[in-house]
Amino acid sequence: MVAQPAKKQRFNALALFRNALSYHQNWEQQWRSPEPLEAYDVVIIGGGGHGLATAYYLAKEHGITNIAVLEKGWIGGGNTGRNTTIVRSNYLWDESAAMYEHAMKLWEGLTQELNYNVMFSQRGVLNLAHNLTDVRDTQRRVNANRLNGIDSIYLDAAGVKKVVPGIDLRGGGRYPVMGASYQPRGGTARHDAVAWGYARKCDEMGVHIIQNCKVTGFDIEGGVVKGVQTTKGRIGAKKVGMVPAGHSSVLASMAGFRLPVESHPLQALVSEPIKPTIDTVVMSNAVHAYISQSDKGELVIGAGVDQYISYGQRGSQHLAEETLVAICELFPQYKRMKMLRQWGGIVDVCPDASPILTSTPVDGMYLNCGWGTGGFKATPGSGHAFAAHIAKGEPTELTAPFALSRFETGFLIDEHGAAAVAH
Amino acid sequence: MSQDFRLPAGGRIDRSERLNFTFDGQTFTGYRGDTVASALLANGVHLVGRSFKYHRPRGIVTAGVEEPNALIDCNITAQEKGTREANNRATFTELRHGLTTKSVNAFPNLNFDIGEINSLMARFIPAGFYYKSLLVSTGMWHRVVEPVIRRAAGLGVTDEVADVSRYDGHYLHADIVIVGAGPTGLQAARVAAKSGARVVLVEQDTECGGSLLRDPVEIDGMDADLWVATVEAELAAAPNVRVLTRTTLSGIFDHNMLTALERVTDHLDVQDAADDHRPRMRWHRVRAKQVVLATGSFERPLVFRNNDLPGIMFAGAVETYLQRYGVKTGNTGLFLVNNDMALSAAIKAKDAGIDVTVVDVRSESTGPNTERLMAMGVPFLTNHTLVEAKGGKRVKAAVVAPMNGDGTAISGEMRTIECDFIGSSSGYNPIVHLHCQSGAKLDFDPTTACFVPGAPMGATPTISAGGCKGLFSLNDALASGASAAQEAMDALGLQAAEATVVSASEEAHPGSLHIRHLWLLPTDKPTSKGGKFWVDFQNDVTAADLQLAVRENFRSVEHIKRYTTLGMATDQGKTSNINALGILSDVLGVTIPDIGTTTFRPPYTPTTFGAIAGREPGDFLDVARVTPMHDWHAEHGALFEDVGQWKRAWYYPKAGENMHAAVDRECRAVRESVGILDASTLGKIIVKGPDAAEFLNRVYTNKWMKLGVGRCRYGLMLGEDGMIMDDGVSSRVAEDEFLMTTTTGGAANVLSHLEDYLQTEWTDLKVYLTSVTEQWAVASLNGPKARALLSELCDDVDLSPESFKFMEWKEATVAGIPARIFRISFTGDLAFEINVPADKGMALWTALMTAGAKYGITPYGTEAMHVLRAEKGFIIVGQDTDGSLNPHDMDMSWIIGKDKDDFIGKRSLTRKDMSDPMRKQYVGILTDDPKEVLPEGAQLVNVADAPASAAPKSPVPMQGHVSSSYWSSAAGRSIALGIVKGGIARKGETLIVPMPDGRNVKVTLTDTVFVDAEGARQHG
Repeated sequence: MVAQPAKKQRFNALALFRNALSYHQNWEQQWRSPEPLEAYDVVIIGGGGHGLATAYYLAKEHGITNIAVLEKGWIGGGNTGRNTTIVRSNYLWDESAAMYEHAMKLWEGLTQELNYNVMFSQRGVLNLAHNLTDVRDTQRRVNANRLNGIDSIYLDAAGVKKVVPGIDLRGGGRYPVMGASYQPRGGTARHDAVAWGYARKCDEMGVHIIQNCKVTGFDIEGGVVKGVQTTKGRIGAKKVGMVPAGHSSVLASMAGFRLPVESHPLQALVSEPIKPTIDTVVMSNAVHAYISQSDKGELVIGAGVDQYISYGQRGSQHLAEETLVAICELFPQYKRMKMLRQWGGIVDVCPDASPILTSTPVDGMYLNCGWGTGGFKATPGSGHAFAAHIAKGEPTELTAPFALSRFETGFLIDEHGAAAVAH
Repeated sequence: MSQDFRLPAGGRIDRSERLNFTFDGQTFTGYRGDTVASALLANGVHLVGRSFKYHRPRGIVTAGVEEPNALIDCNITAQEKGTREANNRATFTELRHGLTTKSVNAFPNLNFDIGEINSLMARFIPAGFYYKSLLVSTGMWHRVVEPVIRRAAGLGVTDEVADVSRYDGHYLHADIVIVGAGPTGLQAARVAAKSGARVVLVEQDTECGGSLLRDPVEIDGMDADLWVATVEAELAAAPNVRVLTRTTLSGIFDHNMLTALERVTDHLDVQDAADDHRPRMRWHRVRAKQVVLATGSFERPLVFRNNDLPGIMFAGAVETYLQRYGVKTGNTGLFLVNNDMALSAAIKAKDAGIDVTVVDVRSESTGPNTERLMAMGVPFLTNHTLVEAKGGKRVKAAVVAPMNGDGTAISGEMRTIECDFIGSSSGYNPIVHLHCQSGAKLDFDPTTACFVPGAPMGATPTISAGGCKGLFSLNDALASGASAAQEAMDALGLQAAEATVVSASEEAHPGSLHIRHLWLLPTDKPTSKGGKFWVDFQNDVTAADLQLAVRENFRSVEHIKRYTTLGMATDQGKTSNINALGILSDVLGVTIPDIGTTTFRPPYTPTTFGAIAGREPGDFLDVARVTPMHDWHAEHGALFEDVGQWKRAWYYPKAGENMHAAVDRECRAVRESVGILDASTLGKIIVKGPDAAEFLNRVYTNKWMKLGVGRCRYGLMLGEDGMIMDDGVSSRVAEDEFLMTTTTGGAANVLSHLEDYLQTEWTDLKVYLTSVTEQWAVASLNGPKARALLSELCDDVDLSPESFKFMEWKEATVAGIPARIFRISFTGDLAFEINVPADKGMALWTALMTAGAKYGITPYGTEAMHVLRAEKGFIIVGQDTDGSLNPHDMDMSWIIGKDKDDFIGKRSLTRKDMSDPMRKQYVGILTDDPKEVLPEGAQLVNVADAPASAAPKSPVPMQGHVSSSYWSSAAGRSIALGIVKGGIARKGETLIVPMPDGRNVKVTLTDTVFVDAEGARQHG
């Protein structure tokens, strides 16, 4: 027995109109909730954006549709639904740039691809430079981006002011804005819609999306994965792709290997919704803050990670405070804005702040994790590349540099040290 | 306009103080003690806003912080700029003289809002419509569709100029924090105060009293006012108690770290606030040993068709406006209830002379309130549903009908009852927000149909009491307040004082609800047809939207929230979530507790950014550090560079000089005569103890055990990954003491890195670290005339090269100041770094400048320093290295102690890739055109890969980048340093630098030393 595809009714204005006539009584399920089968060709662990995208591209590009996506809670409920939705590809290193630019190109057609409005908005992303070292590093990154075919330009302070009229270039005097890198194709997207859109298409092709199904162990025989133990029983699998975000090291230890990953809380907050006040995404590494305005009107604000290690999806108060200090420094007119909600997620961070997309010591088991604070922007690219890796059973040009073995060889892709950019 | 709806007497307002304010340009009056909402209602204004999505006309529905509809933008002072605050709850905004308020989300005006067209289209734009339509190209989305959506969304308007107010932060420590000063909290505070605990009582309202402010029953035979005043006086007299009113406890974090926002001047009349010396708000960070929550409960409304018309409000709100503000919410009222308690509002309304009808959805209604209403002759319909509210910008009538037994359908004739307001109540929700923030769970109480605090969790559980525990009887609440405080005293190890037993008359507050759960009132049409059943007022989420979400398999409460936007409005679901859960439980066929709630996150109510940021932004953000000689630099025209937290002199332009000319002059002075640099900012750490040498041996790559006292050595510090982390010269001061220097920006990181190892890895080492960066001022003399100059001011040390060698240091007296002189050089020239106690820095500097005049002594800044060291190929960590480069990469294999047992990073250096010959390596870079100064950060490519344009479409393989680049007079040309793949073996090779302007500049890879290659000068 295999999972059955089910052609979906297409989303468009006409469908909306037609359904309105029947008082929206006839919309079908966006994805179904089947009971798990005994076995699948591929089991994906983790129903976040990356896991669902992996399943989608496995089905669509590699013809593997007998797939289950196992999600311990509700799909998109981890970092997919907790991040600040920033999308950009202006990374320093070639390996990263290739991955994130691959994702960017997929983002640019994702709404059509999924027939689901993910509201990818190319409102542009600024990474601010506040001192001479920042300027030097920013220009280095912009030059590298340019030669990697990425639309990155350097703006001086006046150029920044033109793009974001509301910014205080003096930054209160302490952190003057001296310039910025600007990626016009960068922007934001509707995070939940990404998970739902992929889920809907997965379901259409027959992929099983199984929520409230926690993995409790692996069946490994002779170094080869045979299946997973879950709260819904054993599920056989020829291949297992793990995309577990904050809990990657927990799953790896179940499978008998260790990861160079630390899990930290990462916080974000939103203001009350207001009429449009800032159109561009503004990020500053020096003051550890980034800000954009959602289509709903909320200022969406992110911080750096909490320094301690934790699985609690909440952070410490002082970090949110420091982030708001930085925002009030750059945008003193927002002091009278009000914080509506603050929350946290768990990010798994590698020593070099780059992800892991890799085969593992267990045959048939593949791992995609370690996206740290910047995974959302990579969602389509990560899923696409990881699907190819799983389908072929070996690294692809895109995934090869991100192998687990790099921590043994020392071939690190150190975005931490070098890019000097908040992710 | 006159206050037509103000009762002739009663309420807690001060009728002697009339206050003028404006709403949407029209002037109104109210009284001291009013909120903006109560003053508007007193003037008969119900239409106060437009909803988020459909721009429906909306009125005031509550009398508190949970208000979803009545949001207003305020200008707190008469100044137009810098005081505008968006989205204030009119129900929680104290009225003051001169306040300017505006409705939100309406254009061109509140009465005629063009956005209301969305309401006409509502059928075509249900929950999540945007996911299914508007599937345009990415370009169209950002340029065409999204701007329309963005303009329509949002609520208030934020100011465009910087906020003029000041904010402050405050730290508090308490044995017990009690949240809420209603009867429960007051009773708890009394007990805690008598027990001798340090008490902080936090109340968001303007005064203590809580529910007693709207329902002044008798307590202990005392008028409630008198009782509250008595308790307040008791607390005020206790030195161990602090009462903070107008203060919202906004968040509970791990280990009872609490945050609270105190509104200090927002209630003052506009002119008084402008003149007040205090901050506008204070942000309290409170460490509490114990926390008692006495936060009370929120009422929730019943859900029926068109239940959002202005004039339809919560029954308790009607009562509050009558009792606390002396305001009638209309002349003809209909009360729609499913419980006993809410009927008290109808009684108060009738007492105030309002025509009242009661529609009770219960099949039987027999409580004392019912009896009283019947006795008053109020028409009382039981087992009736409200089929539909009629009206436009104000409710005009209600259509009611009898229901069948299980309340699922109407079972008789519909009839219309005229009314100009409806007070509705579907029960009460304990305010469990803070309980949940502390990490604890909830239980569902089916009797009262609400979530109550569940078992406490974690190391520092909070204790709930009174209404927020689901105790709706006043006597129960009073008793639980006392016992909660006693429980907290026990936990603190304090002898808990006996509570003064108090009781209120049972009749006044029976507390029994006899509630009937009807989450969606039966009507004559399905929820998706003929008018909407509003659940989340602000975000326009209807019962049909919830049903649609479930139909599409959004079954998790989090999915439903995110798909419909339920509970995501500025009230964060305070008025909507439980009703939504009730409706969903019917649709999903599961119980409410099985659905569960979404997460309660801080803050409890929206919290001002500026208050949270406090005094930090501006001058107090990373306060600039300056050296003892800073004023001299400033007086002599220096421009400054931010390095870490320090202000360092960058260069000293003379009149008419540009940066290039100034830096060139400064560089030449050093090479030809003598220059002076303020090097005080370098990190300085004393490493002291019997194991000091061993410690350095482990943290640096090279050997330190045998360095003699009086000698200096350059060290390279690696991270665990084997990459260069910092560098600097350390000097042996004594057998057991070294003075380590670090980079200016890296000092703090290095110190914590070292402490980390000492405290967690090498606990056996006897070493102490002390930062002395600020204790020493350092003037660095560089250049061939340095010795001649120094010898004029120093006669107690032989400065000759024979007796004071390069890489030695000596104690000396310079210009009469006790000093340490280090013969170390970052310019490659003869150099003496003179360290004196910080307070003598300026004296040293001016003495050197005076004595140096005849040598043409020239102060030089960081830019010249960078050029001078680049001429010698000396690296700057963080500029030439970037955290991805190891010592081999920087051609510094010589600094790795070959036979050392261990040092930080050693293991990592053995990894295969770390010695790969094609790693990026440190090289010199010379342009073919000696006048071309490359931009720092420029990339290098192979000649064969030179791109045809500045922005090639596909990736061009890059070989490395330019990390440092300058004009060098000493070299007579431009010089540059950089890192290039396999660069050390490629010296002599030609590469291309593709410039941002599209030019391809030819360069040759070279050695990294451009001046004095044999290194004779520094030994001079």
